[in-house]
Amino acid sequence: MDIPWDIIIIQTVNGLVSGMILALVASGLTLIFGIMDVVNFAHGELFMLGAYMGVVVLATTGSFWLALILAILIVALLGAAMQVVTLRPLLGRDPLNTILATFGVSLVLQNYALWQFGPVARKIQEPLSGQFSLFYLQYPWYRIVIALLSAAIIGGLYLFLKYGRYGIWIRATTQDRVMAQAMGIPVPWVHTGVFAIGAGMAAASGVLFGPLVGVNHAMGLDWVLKAFIVVVVGGMGNLGGSILAAIFISLLEAYASIWVSPSQAIIVSSVVLILTLLFRPTGLFVPTPK
Amino acid sequence: MQPLVTVEDIHTFYGKSHILNGVSLQVGAGEVVGLLGRNGVGKSTTLKTIMGLVNPSQGRIMFEGKPVSGMPSHKLARLGIGYVPEDRRIFKLLTVMENLRTGLDRDGVAEEKKKQLLDKAFTYFPRLSERRAQAGGTLSGGEQQMLAIARAMMLEPKIILLDEPTEGLMPRMVSQIREIIDVLHKEGVAILLVEQNVPLTLESSQRVYFMEKGAVRHQAAASQLTVNDPVIHQYLGV
Repeated sequence: MDIPWDIIIIQTVNGLVSGMILALVASGLTLIFGIMDVVNFAHGELFMLGAYMGVVVLATTGSFWLALILAILIVALLGAAMQVVTLRPLLGRDPLNTILATFGVSLVLQNYALWQFGPVARKIQEPLSGQFSLFYLQYPWYRIVIALLSAAIIGGLYLFLKYGRYGIWIRATTQDRVMAQAMGIPVPWVHTGVFAIGAGMAAASGVLFGPLVGVNHAMGLDWVLKAFIVVVVGGMGNLGGSILAAIFISLLEAYASIWVSPSQAIIVSSVVLILTLLFRPTGLFVPTPK
Repeated sequence: MQPLVTVEDIHTFYGKSHILNGVSLQVGAGEVVGLLGRNGVGKSTTLKTIMGLVNPSQGRIMFEGKPVSGMPSHKLARLGIGYVPEDRRIFKLLTVMENLRTGLDRDGVAEEKKKQLLDKAFTYFPRLSERRAQAGGTLSGGEQQMLAIARAMMLEPKIILLDEPTEGLMPRMVSQIREIIDVLHKEGVAILLVEQNVPLTLESSQRVYFMEKGAVRHQAAASQLTVNDPVIHQYLGV
């Protein structure tokens, strides 16, 4: 049998592009879980609201890049407010409380979007429409730009966590909340800040991804489900692991859709999830615990 | 003279168990005070309560004459209370330098001052200087203890709550801990010291409190006690 190299290369590019967007959604989710032990079920709705903010700002100003930046800032503020109002009072309670609280917030946000923007999907015009030839395809440059921008945002987050003063606060709080507080780190505000960062990253991926799929009130569901799979496979709370898992799963799905239809290819990620939970429940991309 | 820390009749519960049953004590500015007692009498809980990590259900805590009960611990740390817990609680995945920066990166600390504080810590603990880029979790127990003390020093505290600093350490490390307590004392930092090592406590402290069943039962000047004193036998059962 001939190996269809052209298709494999095309699917590799596709897998990397969606992997990077997924990594952007998942890294916010895993960061929030890591520091607060909160599984944020409203993360997909922050992604969706980001996309809608993009639609609104783009319609008013005509600038995609301004829309991207404003959507990130507005949703980050919204995320901060959401954390202060719903999660901060629940910190340290049984995880079920925060799951129900964030799930409630997700329903509110989804129905708000439905009420405000209606059921018809909106379109975000991509900021550049150029294409290049990839074998028999005309491949849009915009997809490459998304992947690079997502990588840049994740890279920025990494540098911030590694070298920034507040980055060190975040890592210290993630490791030992009580001792961080005893060292004078204002832990409640670190939590709020991390939630805002996660929300902003979800919004960024919403705006970037908007041009590919159309924006509607339920668009967050698919992505957040996949992002949850990525977070579990990558090791809960492990940022590097989530990024690798996002790329790994997206590549697997892309390759699988060479042989089966894309909607069936989604099964692959569920299989990876189940196998991970069965055989390596701490996550695929974490060092073996000593 | 106004004491630096005053603890008045605090009661602390873990769930239903009554751990502190009316603890009262005082630490003066620059004073080293030992807190002795058998295991489980509430010494560590007393320190945690002062640090704001555990909330007392009754009683009050004053710092420099102002009530601080119920204040979150990050504010207490900024006021000048350093905490070195029994299990050291190093940030294991952070490097030695980053561990120190958790206390150093505060508002209102000039670069010059930061450098001074780091230099001081590295002079007392040259091992930490050698290992500054190493993850905290890879240090030996003694080195972790030094890091925990150095980290608290980054806050320029007026008092350090020191919980069993010599537990599980080699004799050479123990004498190093004793030296650092003396150095801090000379610099005017007050220390509330919880220790099982009675000779070290008596040598380092000016005053000693004895705890039993969640309360302070007795206090004495350290210079008036010896290791074989009947009081020591009574409260520690050595």
